[in-house]
Amino acid sequence: MTDTAPTAADQPTDPPLWSPSPSGSVSTWLKKNLFRSRLDGVVTVVAGTIILIAGFRFLRFVFVTGRWQIVRENLSLYLTGSWPEEHLWRLVVVVVGLALIAGFIGGFSAGRIDDDPSRAVSLAGRDRLVDLGSRLWPLVVTVALLLALTTTIGPLLVAAGAIVAAVAGNMAGRAVPGGMSAVPVVVGVLFLTLAGIWLLNAGLSWNSWGGMVLNLSLATISIALCFPIGVLLALARRSEYPILRWLSTGYIELFRGVPLIGLLLMANVALGFFIPNSLAPGKVVRAIVIFVLFTSAYIAEIVRGGLQSVPPGQIEAGKANGLTPIPIITRIVLPQAIRNVIPALVGQFISLFKDTTLAGAAMGLTDLLGGAEASTAQADFRGQGLIAETLVFVLLIFWAGSYTMSRESQRLETKLGVGER
Amino acid sequence: MTPTAKPPIWRNVRFLAWAFQLVALALVVTLIAILANNVRVNSANLGVPVGLDFLKQPASFEIPANEFRSTQSVQSAMVQGALNTLRVAILGIVLATILGVLVGIGRLSGNWLVRNLSRIFVESIRNIPLLGIVVFAYLALVLSALPSVQESWELSGLVIANTRGTSGPWFTGAIVNVLASAALAGLVAWLIRRWRLSRLDQYGEAPNVFWWTAPVFVLVMFWTAFLLGIGVTTPMVDGRRVVGGITLQPEYFALLIALVIYTASHIAEIVRGSIQAVPRGQAEASMAMALSPVQRMRFVILPQATRIALPPLGNQYLNLLKNSSLGFVISYFELTKVTSTTIGNRSPAVPAYLLMMLLYLIASLSISAVVNFFNRRLRIH
Repeated sequence: MTDTAPTAADQPTDPPLWSPSPSGSVSTWLKKNLFRSRLDGVVTVVAGTIILIAGFRFLRFVFVTGRWQIVRENLSLYLTGSWPEEHLWRLVVVVVGLALIAGFIGGFSAGRIDDDPSRAVSLAGRDRLVDLGSRLWPLVVTVALLLALTTTIGPLLVAAGAIVAAVAGNMAGRAVPGGMSAVPVVVGVLFLTLAGIWLLNAGLSWNSWGGMVLNLSLATISIALCFPIGVLLALARRSEYPILRWLSTGYIELFRGVPLIGLLLMANVALGFFIPNSLAPGKVVRAIVIFVLFTSAYIAEIVRGGLQSVPPGQIEAGKANGLTPIPIITRIVLPQAIRNVIPALVGQFISLFKDTTLAGAAMGLTDLLGGAEASTAQADFRGQGLIAETLVFVLLIFWAGSYTMSRESQRLETKLGVGER
Repeated sequence: MTPTAKPPIWRNVRFLAWAFQLVALALVVTLIAILANNVRVNSANLGVPVGLDFLKQPASFEIPANEFRSTQSVQSAMVQGALNTLRVAILGIVLATILGVLVGIGRLSGNWLVRNLSRIFVESIRNIPLLGIVVFAYLALVLSALPSVQESWELSGLVIANTRGTSGPWFTGAIVNVLASAALAGLVAWLIRRWRLSRLDQYGEAPNVFWWTAPVFVLVMFWTAFLLGIGVTTPMVDGRRVVGGITLQPEYFALLIALVIYTASHIAEIVRGSIQAVPRGQAEASMAMALSPVQRMRFVILPQATRIALPPLGNQYLNLLKNSSLGFVISYFELTKVTSTTIGNRSPAVPAYLLMMLLYLIASLSISAVVNFFNRRLRIH
């Protein structure tokens, strides 16, 4: 027997489970990725058949058999519900304002990251467009589709205004000197958001909200409110005070154990028993309260996971430096804890965004999904089996929003270096 | 002044902590008491009874699929609703797990088509609202795409699908007998498995568990079924209705499909993450031991991935149970729909809803308990 040092021929032939990389000519690529063994070939044929049939049926539905007239005529119902036309300018102001804020935040954080030499990722103009396109294509495609379906010039102008505002905001954000604290920015954004809500609400009751505007408003307002409550609940559940711990645990387990639609139904039907009718708010506010109560329990569990991941040495170090409990929590523990659970938090926010459709079903609000169902009952379209068209269209809008959010959260995760430090 | 002098009580940290907690507790208790009192007063003003007496009233609505008659009590309606919830949740959990594990493994497959098919499935289903899927499955698939009864789709006389429901073969005779027969066969098969494994330990005999247990299972089931008088019926189209077999009503079928694919897309991500979390050396070691890819998955990767996947998997099961309440929207008579219907029929809203919440809470806690039990068993000591 000679020396039996392993050679390349001894290595197993099949590639590792997770990293087959396409390389080489077409036939090697096919062999490596589709026909590695006989079983693999069978699987390829089966999967290929499924893809071909499903793809053919879907494309035929979209381009040939689908009757999209209903979508074209109900676009404003889907997007804004029964929002009165003379108040539409309020929405326009808010959309352009949101674009401005989003651009500003993007520019502000990009400017601060670029200032940090270890994390600078500055791309040249064209590459940046490609980068943005690859990140935001679901949103871009959806907006382009919406614009293509509109029959008036108004939405085009709004979209152009929003893009200009976003770019202007981005440049303004980058112009802020890097050393500046983020606090005035956060306060300013919060103030502008409140102003936006006021602007939407002034002269219009909450109950005339509908369509996609309703879904987006319910989601943003609930997210903003449930986050601080969730953090407080998590801190209470981890605190050394037993009664606080019990109360918080009881709350969290109670709300995590019951279905959201049940809570919404209860708020819709039975709220008048719990509080005087004169105090009972309208449906939209009720829905927001329920979303906040429900989601904060989930946020609390996520943040608790993050708190557990912070090593106790961090707290001890804070104490050794003479910090009092509150700065230890706000300046040492929470920043690390929340950074560790960003993907889970974004996931929770995405499911909140999706769950806003339940408010439509349980409380009789006409949200985006409710609008889709309602439009198939209109006199022009009744009984024609158009539900598939309307649902596919509105679900595409939900999909674009959620998918972009989840992709951006993964990007943020890599940017913040979670799991690397 | 001595160093041991006690601080004044308002500077005593322990006192302050307890005072703070007691104040918090008092606030919560007061809030609950105010709400409870409001319910009492408002109910009295409106002449609505509080308490659970409404359970004894006749339900005055029917659940056609369950042959539930309107003269039966509200209590039995709620029991039927809870059973329907469990019916869709348990089958949904089983099917979603199977599909989710397959898709999750598919996402890591070396096969380019399988990998991307799985990816498209996960990324598209995960990011749309479940309610949309439920409504789509019900209105656009089960009610629109399926043919009428006369033109039913048939699969060699075993499965029949039409807008009235989807039918398949089923047992005749009492369901208890079927369960008893299956339990007996399972017990015998389990004993044989133990015996084979002990032979493996003692003498190194090849266990061949499957080839030993499967025929025994089938035989025992067959003979007990014969003795207990259990037969099999297949569905058949008879004019305008389907007779024989078991028929899943369209609402159940739509809810089941929607819950299964939605939950499976989440489970697939959990499975993928857990497989990737198994240290790479494990896969390499099993390749070095010349295990086939299937053996590698079955004996090395999946057992370790299960340990990582179980807690988030349990959360998905809880979500599926709670999401079955969306049956409300398509009038599948599960717990939420039954409760809302009985409230529409003048049952008092507050006690009925609280009872419903309590039932969901019990079911959720039971699932958590089961998951925790397995979690403890799988943990490495």
